[in-house]
Amino acid sequence: MKISREDVLRVAQLAHLELAPEEVETYRGQLDEILSYIGKLQELDVSSVEPMTQMRPQNADGSRQPVRGDGSPGSAVAAGAEPELRDDVVVPCNVADAVLAEAPDAAKPFFRVPKVIER
Amino acid sequence: MSAASTWTIGSVRDALLAKKTSARELAKDFYVQIERRNPELNAFLALCPERAYPQADRVDAAIAKGQPLPPLAGVPVAIKDVISTQSVRTTCGSRILENYTPPYDATAIERLEKAGAVVLGKTNCDEFAMGSSNENSAYGPVRNPAALDRVPGGSSGGSAAAVAAGLAVVSLGTDTGGSIRQPGAYCGIPALMPTYGRVSRYGLIAFASSLDRIGPFATNIADAASVMSVIAGYDSNDSTSAAVAVPDYLAEIEKPVTSLRIGVPEDYFGAGLDPEVKTKVQAGISLLEKLGCKRVPLKMPHTDYAIATYYIVATAEASSNLARYDGVRYGLRVQGNTLMDMYRKTRERGFGPEVKRRIMLGTYALSSGYYDAYYVRAQKVRSLIARDFSSAFEKVDAIVTPTAPSPAFKLGEKTADPLEMYLADIYTVTGSLAGVPGISVPCGKTAAGLPIGMQIFASHFGESRILQLARAFEKAGGFSI
Repeated sequence: MKISREDVLRVAQLAHLELAPEEVETYRGQLDEILSYIGKLQELDVSSVEPMTQMRPQNADGSRQPVRGDGSPGSAVAAGAEPELRDDVVVPCNVADAVLAEAPDAAKPFFRVPKVIER
Repeated sequence: MSAASTWTIGSVRDALLAKKTSARELAKDFYVQIERRNPELNAFLALCPERAYPQADRVDAAIAKGQPLPPLAGVPVAIKDVISTQSVRTTCGSRILENYTPPYDATAIERLEKAGAVVLGKTNCDEFAMGSSNENSAYGPVRNPAALDRVPGGSSGGSAAAVAAGLAVVSLGTDTGGSIRQPGAYCGIPALMPTYGRVSRYGLIAFASSLDRIGPFATNIADAASVMSVIAGYDSNDSTSAAVAVPDYLAEIEKPVTSLRIGVPEDYFGAGLDPEVKTKVQAGISLLEKLGCKRVPLKMPHTDYAIATYYIVATAEASSNLARYDGVRYGLRVQGNTLMDMYRKTRERGFGPEVKRRIMLGTYALSSGYYDAYYVRAQKVRSLIARDFSSAFEKVDAIVTPTAPSPAFKLGEKTADPLEMYLADIYTVTGSLAGVPGISVPCGKTAAGLPIGMQIFASHFGESRILQLARAFEKAGGFSI
């Protein structure tokens, strides 16, 4: 058993989820089964492998490669394949009314929530 | 099949230009069909005639004036309900967004409408796109048009069912671990997951940001190609979209496939694969060989670790992305005495069981003391899976596999066992983790008449290659092999 009742309650608290008492055991059993299956990742030696932290194509040795034009092996490199940064210019963004209209409780220009600071 | 199911993008265009119908009449015909079929299929969650008819009228006005028609003029489309549509309710199949209407359109929607498409409505899906059967929708499951007692696949089950039943000419779905390709296979239609970064995700409500992609369902390859040409391309509102030139996919699809090297990884044909699926997909590969492709046996040794990797990476990202649903700015709020109390009650009431399960799994994998053992390790194994693909593409032009290990299963068959449900994505999650594009094409049926899907992967931005092979396969009768 990888997951205890206490683990489930701790994770639920971290994730701001309130679980009904009968849900705790259901999730414990299911998460336990899933994590046991995921345990197979321990079989692999990954000591010399870098984690994949971005989605650009990589070579067979793990180095990053530029994006190919038409996807065929060895085809020409497409220009401008790097993620682009746009110019840092100010543009008007008058969306406050539309955004506040979707709020469950708004008092323009604020979202209202239960009191968070005691005087 | 309904009369509406005979429409394609090309036949809509011809009928409009020949004045055999108008865009408005066509939209009306589709709404009549939807009204008739949707009660049993549950493919649509919302219809938007108030948006569809004015758009159809604009197309009809352009025709009356003899103006040139954009590529999707008057084509009725359906949109998965995780893609934002201004003023049209967008629920993600969740109670927590039951009354949410986005204040803006996703870029993909904007591009479809600019190309003349008529958005009929929003389609059902697993809650926040988390599921492989569409049974995790808060608004009830979708039924498979090919067999009403079976699931349509998921999570884009509504978009797949709508096109398969002729209730839309094409549709948009999203794919995170197989959510376009697997329902495409189960419903018997072509379904394309583009390369990561090929289609802008601005306005796509996020599930797992390093995996999510938007792509089309269609009844034929030409239509999938036409939609791709419209929705693909760089978008300054999505920094993950790629600045790679967009080919005219429709012009590309008829190019010959002779002497292309087709990789067949033995790792995708092992234990757990339904024998009927295996036989048909092998027949499909033989057909590609008859068309002049060269079959190359492959090994992709990390395939067996893909599901375990995926369910760490995807749930970790989901737990972070779904932190935004707190009852403050939009969606459901359940009142509480304190702010924390409000968060917890809102999320307890608003999220369904699978979403909670994944948030907890992801939170666990990211939590102090477990982060290295689970999340970092999974990201390392993900590198190995991506390398399996890049090594393969040094030897082959495309990889051909089954899309799913079995045909569509019965409603309720796998709901009690989440892990068994996850294994329905065993052949699709690999390409999701690697970022490469993949399509599912119909590849015959089982003896019981259930559709089977064959999957074709290409390297990054190789959509043209995939569509060429799919088109050659379609033309040679592979869809009904």
